[in-house]
Amino acid sequence: MVASAVFITDLQGKNIISRNYRGDVPMQKALERFQTYLLETTDESKKPVFHVDSNGDSYIYIALSNLYLCAVTTRNSNVALILTFLYRLSQVFKDYFGTLEEESIRDNFVIIYELLDETMDHGLPQALDSMILRSFITQGANRMSEDARNKPPVALTNAVSWRAEGIKHKKNEIFLDVVEKLNLLVSANGTVLHSEILGAVKMRSFLSGMPELKLGLNDKLMFEATGRANQAKGKAVELEDIKFHQCVRLARFENDRTISFIPPDGEFDLMTYRLNTHVKPLIWVEAVVEPHKGSRIEYMIKTRSQFKSRSVANNVEIIIPVPPDVDSPSFKCSVGSVSYLPDKDSAVWTIKQFHGGREYLMRAHFGLPSISASDIDPEAKKKGDNAWKAPIRVQFEIPYFTVSGIQVRYLKIIERSGYQALPWVRYITANGDYQLRMA
Amino acid sequence: MALGKEGDARFFTTQKKGEMHELRMELHSSDRAIKVDAVKKVIASMTVGKDVSMLFTDVLKCVQTGNIELKKLVYLYLINYAKTQPELTLLAVNTFVKDASDANPLIRALAVRTMGCIRVDRITEYLCEPLSRALRDDDPYVRKTAAVCVAKLYDIAPDLVVERGFLETLHDLISDSNPSVVANGVAALSEIAETSGKDVMRISASVLQKLLAALNECTEWGQVFILDSLSKYTPADGREAEGIIERVTPRLQHANAAVVMSAVKVILSYMELMGSQNSDSIRALTRKLAPPLVTLLNSEPEIQYVALRNINLIVQKRPHILENEIKVFFCKYNDPIYVKMEKLEIIIKLVSEKNIEQVLLELKEYATEVDVDFVRKAVSAIGRCAVKLERAAERCIGVLLDLIQTKVNYVVQESVIVIKDIFRRYPNRYESIIATLCDNLDTLDEPLAKASMIWIIGEYAERIDNADELLDTFLETFEEEDPVVQLQLLTATVKCFLKDPDDTQDMVQRVLDMATEESDNPDLRDRGFIYWRLLSTDPEAAKMVVLGDKPVIEDDTFKLDPALLNVLIGQIATLSSVYHKPPEAFVIRRGAGTGTTNEDDDEEDEDDYEDENDVDGGADLLDMGGLSVNDQSQDDAAPGSRFEPTAPMNLVTGPEKSGGLEVLAGFRQYRNTIRLEMEINNVSANHVVAGLAVQLNKNAFGLSPSTQQVMCEPPAGPGGSGVAVIELVTTPNMLAPVPAGQPANPQVQVAIKNMTSGNVFYFAVNLNFEAIFSSDGAMERSSFIENWKSIDDRNELYATVGDLPSESVDIDLVQQKFQASNVFFIARRPVPNAEGQEVVYFSMRTVTDMEFLAELTFKQGVNACKICLKTENATYGLLAKKALEDLLRA
Repeated sequence: MVASAVFITDLQGKNIISRNYRGDVPMQKALERFQTYLLETTDESKKPVFHVDSNGDSYIYIALSNLYLCAVTTRNSNVALILTFLYRLSQVFKDYFGTLEEESIRDNFVIIYELLDETMDHGLPQALDSMILRSFITQGANRMSEDARNKPPVALTNAVSWRAEGIKHKKNEIFLDVVEKLNLLVSANGTVLHSEILGAVKMRSFLSGMPELKLGLNDKLMFEATGRANQAKGKAVELEDIKFHQCVRLARFENDRTISFIPPDGEFDLMTYRLNTHVKPLIWVEAVVEPHKGSRIEYMIKTRSQFKSRSVANNVEIIIPVPPDVDSPSFKCSVGSVSYLPDKDSAVWTIKQFHGGREYLMRAHFGLPSISASDIDPEAKKKGDNAWKAPIRVQFEIPYFTVSGIQVRYLKIIERSGYQALPWVRYITANGDYQLRMA
Repeated sequence: MALGKEGDARFFTTQKKGEMHELRMELHSSDRAIKVDAVKKVIASMTVGKDVSMLFTDVLKCVQTGNIELKKLVYLYLINYAKTQPELTLLAVNTFVKDASDANPLIRALAVRTMGCIRVDRITEYLCEPLSRALRDDDPYVRKTAAVCVAKLYDIAPDLVVERGFLETLHDLISDSNPSVVANGVAALSEIAETSGKDVMRISASVLQKLLAALNECTEWGQVFILDSLSKYTPADGREAEGIIERVTPRLQHANAAVVMSAVKVILSYMELMGSQNSDSIRALTRKLAPPLVTLLNSEPEIQYVALRNINLIVQKRPHILENEIKVFFCKYNDPIYVKMEKLEIIIKLVSEKNIEQVLLELKEYATEVDVDFVRKAVSAIGRCAVKLERAAERCIGVLLDLIQTKVNYVVQESVIVIKDIFRRYPNRYESIIATLCDNLDTLDEPLAKASMIWIIGEYAERIDNADELLDTFLETFEEEDPVVQLQLLTATVKCFLKDPDDTQDMVQRVLDMATEESDNPDLRDRGFIYWRLLSTDPEAAKMVVLGDKPVIEDDTFKLDPALLNVLIGQIATLSSVYHKPPEAFVIRRGAGTGTTNEDDDEEDEDDYEDENDVDGGADLLDMGGLSVNDQSQDDAAPGSRFEPTAPMNLVTGPEKSGGLEVLAGFRQYRNTIRLEMEINNVSANHVVAGLAVQLNKNAFGLSPSTQQVMCEPPAGPGGSGVAVIELVTTPNMLAPVPAGQPANPQVQVAIKNMTSGNVFYFAVNLNFEAIFSSDGAMERSSFIENWKSIDDRNELYATVGDLPSESVDIDLVQQKFQASNVFFIARRPVPNAEGQEVVYFSMRTVTDMEFLAELTFKQGVNACKICLKTENATYGLLAKKALEDLLRA
């Protein structure tokens, strides 16, 4: 279940910082092997977990923007544990330094060593809550002082490992955002292949003391569990799979579907949920493409909003992939604006405000060179003419609306001091992985 | 944090001559700020891989500070260079010892943590005292750090850990009030178990309860540690398994994917034990598992990859769980390629006649994407669907033909390859499409595709008008072709000749010449010669050989061997589950080897360290170091006992089911103890079999092992063998009730866990009833008669045992023999009015207090015996009767 060593490298596999936890792998060799793998394996055959036969080491790594975080192990370790650890570690670094780049690592190597020491011991993940870590590993590494940090924070070992004691806020408030993302995959002939709602209840908690919270949702199974099935009157939602933050008492939820918890301070995701129900695509896009090889290519794009007319989708972007060698773009659209992004081989149609129940049209016209790349380059030809046929993607945000119909019924806040706290609730639906394949 | 000029990056930039000297001066500076900066510069140099070990003493001097940040830096330096300066490291010991009793728990923990990381032999003796104090520290932060430190110490000095009783202390920590301490205690024990191959975890009923309680309290990482150790435990029976599953199920709702996967592992492993009578609960569990598995597909791509590799196993083990979820495995355009490939594998596993339409549309879509490898795999997936689903084969071929029309080079080639498989699976059904294939001959430039096409031509030569011409065109370039293609060409030409000898005589001659004379490939030459001889001596035989029926190819969808699959299910979330290999196939046990793992190492001390482990690893297999488990087996190994006759044994399991072991097992009674004795032959496991954990299923006798762990004596290395003796007791709660009117089942089901490999295997062994006859089964004559009369005649059993050896009809000898097996003599008398006949009465009682009365009739000169048996325990009567028969014959 363990990692022998953890290291961070740049995209070429060059070591930036490393920590050898168990001393059972020679660090220099390990780094070389990782680098060799990165450089010598083709992109198609790279896998995030790989094994070196000659010495039995396994490497497990994640790719962040310009870095790799990698763990080595000599045993049959728990990969899921190591991967989640690496992701959480990168989150801790981001919380500390804002961005995680080669530069920020060098600038903070002292703290990084400290964090590596505190987050993992002998290859076993320990404390990875940046709120708690911050209380005793401070940011100002340059500012060394004999301060009074004489005790490890209680939360480090407490059953409530995510919240420090004695938190005080002048105004006791808690903000709840119910954010739903719609994942959609539509085939070229217009059938919805896969639609799924990924929801999250995000909280920003500014509550004093050790508050006990109870969240009530219009959860169908909860109504049934408490024998109030008929009270729900069809407004209840059946959530397929729910995942909770560490703070939620899972056994209690399993028992009677009560969501009870002591929240961390500040921002966190209380729960995420998933629904596989068939959803009507909120924004529908149809494309007709007419390529005339060697001269031009024409697009006719039709889009329709399929939600109630009193709702509005904001900042809608319809991203249409085009062949890489087009030129002289011209667009005509009934609403919004269109621009051509050559570096992304796509045209983007932006509609600032898209009211429900509307339909708009856009025409695009591009010139094509008389000799296309695939005529000259055999590699390109091999790939056929499909190289640019990526799906159309859509981005949007619809405030005050959830696709699933989930609602917060109450949020009870009880603290020993008996203060009154205000919960604020917002709803929003946005696109997730929203793809429509082109014919 | 100041990212700009004030950042730590400046420490990396000092690169001038005389730098070391300057640094040394700064390290000795009385100004704290300069000193701190100097240490940082040293660490910076270390980070970029520069050797700063020559500053060891200078840096070490800085450790005397109350400043915790500075201390951490110095300690970090120590960890890095201790190995190269073992002598000097001893100088730091005092500081460690002092820090370990500092007033500040952060410093106490830091000292203990760091000491454990310094892998210098000689420091270990100084480590014990502080460690033992730290394990009992008031502050949980120190205790949890100390727990891990025990595991560190075990790596360097396992004997010391055992000697100082640290293992017991770790066990005490499982009952600690603080959940983080419990979690680290569990982690440390699991670590040591893995390092040593011994079951130091020893999950008992009370430990189990504590673990389950801690599961609700401790951090997410702790939950994973606990779940992983639970997955190695084998519940006593289905009920216990179900109970634990119930407590584990809420973990499926945890946001951390690792917690979810470990919970899935426990649930799936324990489900095995729930048995078929629990099909309702199993169905309910199956329903609960699907949503969390699907949700894993929304995690980060690397985690998705691990999840998909595991789901691949899960759908093989329990196809129902995800049978309706195929859509979630459809690939997204922007999925990384390694995710797409794994999704495809699962799609093929889940495809059925219900969803084939949709899957084909999807696969066809993938076949138009850009990524060549992915496209190829999609095309080949279509073929695999055809092979798997007979009714859909035609539609699959339709799609393949559409794809061939796209003329995309590699799509055509891949299609030809899979169509060959479809032809083999369904011979003489889809030949109509051969014409289309032939239109695309020019596109084929890859050996495998060419070979496939040539195979098709040869196989169906009689239906292709110009088969000989087609082959002829290929033959023109025979010499340049890949060996695969050459072999296929040779065979196809011969097939063609056998089907149509008149037109192809020249061609076959040519190809045989080329294969036998001009090629230097031995395979090709050999095949050429064989054909040549066959054709010239016996063309009919040639026909039978070359045109004979080929074995039908199978759908390889569920291809993992069931035994391996079971092993892998127990390894969910680990590397083993990602590689689809058992751990011993890829983990090189450092220290257990014979020095062949001598890494091409640039850290010189590494070798020493490995050697050291060598000795330890070898030694402690035999010396279990005062663990209670072993004490008993040592008693047994008292002089003489090993030469006692062993129990009558039967082969109960072969190497394929038990991870490479062959096991013979049998029951007997020895010194008033019932024992299950096993002979273990290590046939093909590549590790030493030493510790075994044993569990019995409920049985008709209430037998259960008195200890859960036993040792194989001597430990059986590869090719070796050993004996394991399990002492049994009878307890009412292990008793499987025997339905009235039915004979009791002598079968006892046994589960054995090989602690070295973690493998669990099951077998059943029949109890020879005499093994449970009690030594106090003797009876007074009078009470025998009374009992005999009181038992209803309907509860009488008769048998005649014939063909007995002569000593088995000698009543005196029988009496002695029976006595040794706790069958007690009551009386004997001649039968009145029957010359030469004698009856003998015996009584026996089982340890479970069942009485049996027997009357044996012998007749002089006849090698047979009549048995009459009376008992109130009618359901066990047959077993007692059989026991007597066996004893007579023995």
